[in-house]
Parts: sequence; C-alpha cells; structure tokens
Amino acid sequence: MAENGFRLEEKLTAWHLGIALGALFLGTWFGPLQVLQHAGIDLYGKLAPGIQSYYQGLSLHGVLNALVYTTFFITGFLTFTTVHSLKRPLAIPSLNVVGFVVMAAGLLMAAVPLLLNQASVLYTFYPPLQASAFFYIGLTLVVVGSWIEAVGLFFTLAAWCNAHPGVRTPFIAFGSVLTLVMWLIASLGIAAEMLFLLIPWSLGWVKGTDPLLARTLFWFTGHPIVYFWLLPVYVSWYGMLPKQAGGKLFSDPLARLAFWLFLVLSIPVGLHHQFADPGISPVWKGLHMILTYAVAFPSLVTAFTVIASLELGGRARGGSGLFGWIATLPWKDPSFAAQALAMLIFAFGGVGGIINASYNMDLVVHNTLWIVGHFHLTVGAAVALSFIGIAYWLVPHLAGKNLWSPSAARIQVWSFVLGMAIFSASHHFLGFRYGVPRRTMLGAAPYLSPDWHPWLVAAAIGGILVWASLMLHFVIVLATVFASRKSDRPIEMPVAEALRDPAETPAWLDAWTPWLVATIVLIALSYGPPLAHLIANVDLSSPGLRVW
Amino acid sequence: MNSLRIDPYEKSWMLASGVLLFVFLLAVGASVFYGFRLPGHESRIDPSRVTVDPPFAKPAVIERAPGRYDAYVRVQIWAFVPSEIKIPAGSTVTFYLASPDVQHGFVIERTNINVMVIPGHMSKITARFDEPGEYRFLCHEYCGVGHHLMFGKVVVERRS
Repeated sequence: MAENGFRLEEKLTAWHLGIALGALFLGTWFGPLQVLQHAGIDLYGKLAPGIQSYYQGLSLHGVLNALVYTTFFITGFLTFTTVHSLKRPLAIPSLNVVGFVVMAAGLLMAAVPLLLNQASVLYTFYPPLQASAFFYIGLTLVVVGSWIEAVGLFFTLAAWCNAHPGVRTPFIAFGSVLTLVMWLIASLGIAAEMLFLLIPWSLGWVKGTDPLLARTLFWFTGHPIVYFWLLPVYVSWYGMLPKQAGGKLFSDPLARLAFWLFLVLSIPVGLHHQFADPGISPVWKGLHMILTYAVAFPSLVTAFTVIASLELGGRARGGSGLFGWIATLPWKDPSFAAQALAMLIFAFGGVGGIINASYNMDLVVHNTLWIVGHFHLTVGAAVALSFIGIAYWLVPHLAGKNLWSPSAARIQVWSFVLGMAIFSASHHFLGFRYGVPRRTMLGAAPYLSPDWHPWLVAAAIGGILVWASLMLHFVIVLATVFASRKSDRPIEMPVAEALRDPAETPAWLDAWTPWLVATIVLIALSYGPPLAHLIANVDLSSPGLRVW
Repeated sequence: MNSLRIDPYEKSWMLASGVLLFVFLLAVGASVFYGFRLPGHESRIDPSRVTVDPPFAKPAVIERAPGRYDAYVRVQIWAFVPSEIKIPAGSTVTFYLASPDVQHGFVIERTNINVMVIPGHMSKITARFDEPGEYRFLCHEYCGVGHHLMFGKVVVERRS
C-alpha cells in the first residue's frame, strides 16, 4: 500500500507524539528544580502561587514524564508500527480515533487538579492521600482510551491474519500487538484500584479505603507498566535498529520467544515492590522474587540477539576483529547512536534491577535515592533515549522533512547520556551508602547531612544537563517540523530482515492461545491467593486526607 | 513442523544466563537459611484507634527481657512518637509501628532495617544494636507537605 494510504494513521501518530512531547516538555522543568532544591538552591518560592510546593512539582514531574509521555508516545508509535509492518490500514479506524479522544480527554481531566495542587499525590497516588476525583477519573480514562486503541489494533492484526492464513506475523506487528495485549491484562490491577476503591471514595460514596489492597492492585500494574514502556523499545531494538546499523535480525525465533516470555512473566512479579510491606506473607513475596529473576532471562537473551544483530551490521560495514565492528557502526546517525547508548545504559539498569528484586538486598535500598537512580537509568534513559532516537526518524517521516541539524541531534544524545550517567550514579550512591530517602524535599530536611552534599551537587549538575539536552531535543523536533527542508527522499520505517527466513520459525512461536493460557495461569497462581486474602479481609477504614 | 534453531554461541549465552540467575537465587536463599526475614507480619489495627488505644496512644520502649526491648512507635504526620529511643549496646529491639493517618516509611540509616507503615496494619521489624552511637531513622514514604521533617534516632549507650 502506498504511503498516502495511511493518512489517518499518520495523523493519529502525530497527535499522540505531539501530546507526549508536550507533557515531557512541561514535566522536565521540575527535574532541575528538584535537584537544585536538594543542593541548597530552592526556586520554588519564586513559582508560588502557580506551583505551590516541591511536592506539587514532583507530582507533575512523575505523572507527566513517567505516565503521560510514555503512554501517549507508545500508543502512537505502536499504531504506526502495526499498520506499517502489516502494510494495511486500521481495520476500524473510528475505534482508534475514539480511543485517542478518550485518552486526551482523560489527560485534560487529570491535568486540571494537578495544576491546581488538588492532586499532589505523586504518580503512585497511594491512599489515603486523597486527590480530587477528577485526577483518578482522568487517569482511568487515559487507561481506558489506551485499551480502545489496543482493541483497534487487535482487530487490525486479526484482519491481516484472515487475509494471510499460515503466514508468520511480521515481527514488528507481532511485538507491537503483544505489548498491548500484555498492557491490557496488566492494567486490570490499576483499573480495579480506581473503580472499586479510589473513585467511589474520592467522590464521597464510601467513607474509607484500604491502603494495602490499593497498593497491591497498584503494583499489579506498576511493575508490568515498565515492560509496557520497555517492549516498544525492544520492538525497535530487534526489529528496526539492525536495519539502521546495516545488519540483520540475528534470530527471529528467539526475538519472538523473548516477547512471549515477557507476556507470561511481566505481571506476576509486582510484589517485589512490596517486600517492605506489612500484611503480605513473605512466602508470596519470595515467589514473586523468583519470577522477577525469571523475567530477567528474556532481557539477557535480548542483549545477545540485539548485539549480534548489530555486529552483523558493523561487519557488513567493513568492521573486523573482536571489537572492530563497533567502530564501524553508524554512530553519526543520531537515531542509531541514541538507541545504542540506551542499550548500554540499560545494562546497568538491569543489574540494579536484579539487586532491587532480591529479597534481602532490596531492604538496603528500598525507597531510597538508589531507586530514583535506577528508574532514571531504565525509564529515564534506556526507554526515553530510545524514544528520542525513534523520534529522529519518525518525526521527519511524519513531517516529510529532513531532520533539522543531525549534528545538534548528536550533541543532544551524548549530553543526555552524560547528564543521566552523572545524575543516576550519584543517586545510586546516595541511596546505597547513606540510605537517603527518595521523594523528599531534602534541602529543607532537618536531617540533611553534610556528607551528602557533594553527591547532591553532582546530581544537580547531571540533572541540569539532562534538562538542557531535552530542551535541545524539543528545538530539534520543532525545527524539523516547521523550519526544515522537505526531505529529498522518502524516510521509511526501518524494517530489519531476519538472518533466516521467518517461515522457518516454529509455529508455536506464532500461536497466541498457549501463551495466553500460561499468562493467566501464572497470574492466578502468584497473585490469586495473596489478593484473595486481602479482598476477603478488605478494611475500608482509612478516610481520605489532603495534607499537602 | 519446524524446530527451534539456536546458534551455538547464543545457546551458551542462554545457559550462562540461566546459571547466573540461579546462583543469585541460591545466594538469596542462603541469606534466608541463615536467618534473614522480610517484613510481612500481619496484625491489623484500626487507624482511628491508634491515637486512642494502647499501646500506641502513649507509645513507649519496654524491656521484655534482659537486652531485649519492644519499641512502640506511632508514625504520624509529621513525626515519630517517640522520636528518641535509648537502649544499651548489645540490645535487640523489635519495633512495632502504626500510622493513624497516611502511609509512611521507616528506615534506619545505613542499615537494612526498612519497613513500610501502612494505615490499617501494624508493622514489625527487629534489629540488633551492638555498636554505641546514634542511629537516625527517617520517613521514606511521601506523606504530605511536611514529609521531609520526619525523623528520629536510636541512641545506643555504652554498657556501664
């Protein structure tokens, strides 16, 4: 199908990206404010009454960057990848349009109380801190909108399958749809938390809520949401980056196997966020720890397959020797450089993740700045930097323009990596060595220790560098859309060929039923008993409090 | 029917990955074998009664046996009550913590004594203090606009 056959799909993607980048733009400003506050320079006084406290700023930073930017970028990107990979338009376009409108309406609804300091509950919104009902309803609508869009893509894949019986689903479409299937199942936790606990309670229909049950439902979604962020990146690393590097996907079957394992293992791991919680048996926490170790396995497989795919590219470009192929990779292409560096950072994030998942070591770092460092390596750097790299071909494609100043984009990518490395390293150290608590207005804390200061200053330097780098990213994107020249040749979605014909991939790696059954069974085994216990003993005794 | 083909190098990598994760798991298992315990104790408490009923209405440190203490701490916006706990070196202290309002956290600096305090549940965690000195404890869960003000300390005194 010709490119102009995707006019609606391209427009939808562009709208998603626009909102995603708008949210990131706003949310990013609070990063430097936080790190400067920690280092002794408090600028929040100058922002009142617009922004009334550090914690309102922190809520905006978390919700806009971690929830809004990611969700809108991902749904937009996966719509694009699915239709381009299947080479067919959306099956029921109105469904995806409705989904997008619901997401956007939900975002508006949640944004108003956030901006009015009526929802300064951070992006985890643990009750009984009680935000305005509009905040909960708005976020719920964002999730529901993403479901509607997902269903639109399921129909699109089903239509393709009916037209191509017995043919392997193209890898990019497969990975994209699998990500959304996983998200649909995973987000049932947060949906239940919202519908049964938080929304009726914030509307005053019930007097109290059950904070531990709410936390448990939150983390049912709260861990797999990181795979909802990561898997679209893996779609790009496996399915596109090898092409950008001049190589081929090293193993189509193992790429698919990794995705299936993520479907099965992403969800039954959430209790590792609750190792320090009372009221949940260590036995179930232990099971979730084991499953968290298991979900590290497909990421380790990914490391091999993706690096081997890039090596094929480096060698095809004339690289030789054990490491010579690394130098010949297309480092000058900012889209490639961003994603290759994101991968390198993710290796460190992965090691930290295994530490966090470990029963005993987690207690050393739980709720300390270590976690903030970890989160910024994984989501803040590996995911966001990959999205940035993707934007460097996707935005030119959508706008029909050349990327404005690839050299500025290269500076942007490297300064982002440097800033994030400094920021994250100092946060890891502060958390591990001193147990400095996260999400805390440290500059005003009476217990602020002089030992921490040099590291907090380092974190501030790193944080400001990341902020400046992101500002450059916005300039590049806007200049590409509005000030760049029409592209000389069409910019297409990079699609990596597999080293071996995907038709050789065994059929069980393209069959949904067994994997979906395994997913449901594993969730039932790992979450069924502890959730049933909490639900059977539900205790709606905590009234809402607004103490910010 | 096609079978799954895996490159020999990748096969070794996958095997090594599996072994590595298994060894990590054994290491965690060993710590449990040697006595490490996660929090997870279940004891429900009505948040509206925390400030009214004993033991949290007037929380105190009680010596249960020589060298063994129970420390009851009310964790509320925005203070630990009591905020100072004095014990002699070599003591084992079991902390019982309850919140009358929102979620809080309890971490003793530079240790693995780390537990959430969630309304509706009493948290319990045990620590042994051998070295004299001051050990600060902090709230590490966001609990409102005064969150950063919450801290206290365990003062471990030299045995006379």
